[in-house]
Amino acid sequence: MSVRLSPTAAIMRHGVLLITAAVVLVPFVWMVSLSLKPPGEIFRQHFSFLPEQWYAVQNYSKALTSAPLPRYMGNGVLVCAAILTLQILICAPCAYALAKLRFRGRDLIFGFVLIGLLLPHQVLSLPLFVLGYELGILNTYAALIFPFVVSPFGIFLFRQVFKTIPDDVVHAARLDGLSELGIVWKVMVPMALPAVIAFSIFSVVGHWNDLFWPLIAVRSESLMPPPLGIIAFANEQAGNDYGPLMAAATIVVLPLVVAFLAAQKWFVEGMTGGAVK
Amino acid sequence: MSNIHLHQITKSFGPTPVLRDVSLVIKDGEFLTLLGPSGCGKSTLLRILAGLEVQDSGSVWIGERPVDGVRPKLRDIAMVFQSYALYPHMTVGANMALPLRMRRLNAWQRLPILGWVVPGTRRVAAEIEAEVSRTAKALDIGHLLSRKPGQLSGGQRQRVAVGRAMVRHPAVFLMDEPLSNLDAKLRVQMRAEIKDLHRRLGVTFVYVTHDQAEAMTLSDRVAVMLEGELIQVAPPQEIYANPDDCRVAEFVGSPKINLLDSVVRERGSVDAVGTRFQLLSDAEPGTALTLGIRPEAFHLSDGGGVNTLTGAVRLIEHMGSDLFVHLDLAGLDHALIVRLTADRAPHIAPGQTLHLSVKPDRVLAFSRDGKRLRAAGPAEMCKVPSLRQFAL
Repeated sequence: MSVRLSPTAAIMRHGVLLITAAVVLVPFVWMVSLSLKPPGEIFRQHFSFLPEQWYAVQNYSKALTSAPLPRYMGNGVLVCAAILTLQILICAPCAYALAKLRFRGRDLIFGFVLIGLLLPHQVLSLPLFVLGYELGILNTYAALIFPFVVSPFGIFLFRQVFKTIPDDVVHAARLDGLSELGIVWKVMVPMALPAVIAFSIFSVVGHWNDLFWPLIAVRSESLMPPPLGIIAFANEQAGNDYGPLMAAATIVVLPLVVAFLAAQKWFVEGMTGGAVK
Repeated sequence: MSNIHLHQITKSFGPTPVLRDVSLVIKDGEFLTLLGPSGCGKSTLLRILAGLEVQDSGSVWIGERPVDGVRPKLRDIAMVFQSYALYPHMTVGANMALPLRMRRLNAWQRLPILGWVVPGTRRVAAEIEAEVSRTAKALDIGHLLSRKPGQLSGGQRQRVAVGRAMVRHPAVFLMDEPLSNLDAKLRVQMRAEIKDLHRRLGVTFVYVTHDQAEAMTLSDRVAVMLEGELIQVAPPQEIYANPDDCRVAEFVGSPKINLLDSVVRERGSVDAVGTRFQLLSDAEPGTALTLGIRPEAFHLSDGGGVNTLTGAVRLIEHMGSDLFVHLDLAGLDHALIVRLTADRAPHIAPGQTLHLSVKPDRVLAFSRDGKRLRAAGPAEMCKVPSLRQFAL
């Protein structure tokens, strides 16, 4: 397993890790800290993590009541769940076909998937906007979901994992009477569960935090996902009122952190519980 | 019934031909082994029979109907794979129940929770469970039904794979090197169990292996495949004692058959490594032949005369009941290997000179292109030796 390092090397290693972690975490710590403080303490010269006067209740209740934050969060859950479900529904059969079936043009199609993987989503925003307009779905949930249902990354990831599953398992499943789709859902996806979970984390984090596309696709406040909601909140209600704004941001980030920590534990178990010979 | 006809099957992977015009009839209830070195096309042939690969030309019949284009699950066959191919996320019980569930329950009944409210599901599921546990008991894995394959030993996984194939009573069992992942001791044990299984079930078994001991001990008939061709299909004793082709003679038998280059002097006798051999063949004088002599065909003699070789002992391998003696012969660049029973040859030491004789009917003659040359009369059939040499 791991190589044993000398104490100096161990200290160096931990030092580097701690500094990196601190750099990443400081903005979040600051966010939580600000969400606990009254307006007067926010722009003080000296920094302290804990407020002198606790203002958490006021900040958080204002965040929850003065803007429809629960509504934004609900939108986020709905959109992320729909995107993830559709992504897996589409990616898994595609990946199975690319990994295990032989047909003319397979490599070419996989090449297209790789091209799709290289293109940043922002490049496509204008054509997608026009397409959404033509379809008449702008400013609906469909506009938030539809551009993401086919994920080249998901197809690529699943294909790579499915390729490592022996052909014999597929053959056995065919002899046992499973249809090709049956093989995908009853054999391939359960065997690739760690990859499915890893992909789910990527997908949910990405789309929960996405600001760019919702900014283009929806205007109605009742459809806004959390980040866009926070922007709207900052513009209209909060103004310079940073306490409630930071409270809202904390509330928006919290589910992701909790979900990620829970899934991470599960994820590690899934990776080490290897059932294949 | 379930005779299997393979008719002129050919198959290539890209430019590489894998099967060349293979035709074979497998009788109902027979245990037939496809024997050959790795890469000879035997597994491909099995997969074509199962419907997992499609042949380039030729046809496959199972029973009275052609099954070309028929999906694997409709062919009434079951297969045991070398890697076992169990589903690692399902318990042993679920693994074994799956083929029955797929056949006896419809799509609605198979739904995870809703299925239970569809009429008939509970009754059929209970039947399936009973059958699975009956099969598991017969294979001595009844106590493992709730485990996952990852928690089982190699031998147990092997039994689960056999159980999954057995549980739906197929007309034909296909086995693709099922024992090659087991250790030597377990392999011998499972070999006996597979033989017993065949006897009990009485259905057709087609078994693929590169291990001649498995082929010889299990089979009613052995089909030897080399480079995509069927070279000989015959009962094991016949394959061993009376091979049609030099390559068959070389592939089957351990230690390997001794091959000696020779030239026919007159009808019925040839010269090889400075010795005259009589043999049962009517090849014309002057023909170049290859003589094949099994290691156990030799016996110690006093020297001189025809059919007698003289050589110096290079090394001796003690195998318990037998000795393998490697001899250096003048005019032969590799060692001649002789198998002698230990009690008849107690005093052999390296460096010693031995005289060895062989009976004319134990000398097999092959033409230079490897084809067996037989005498015209039917009397040339060789004596069938015991199968003891495969029990190693």
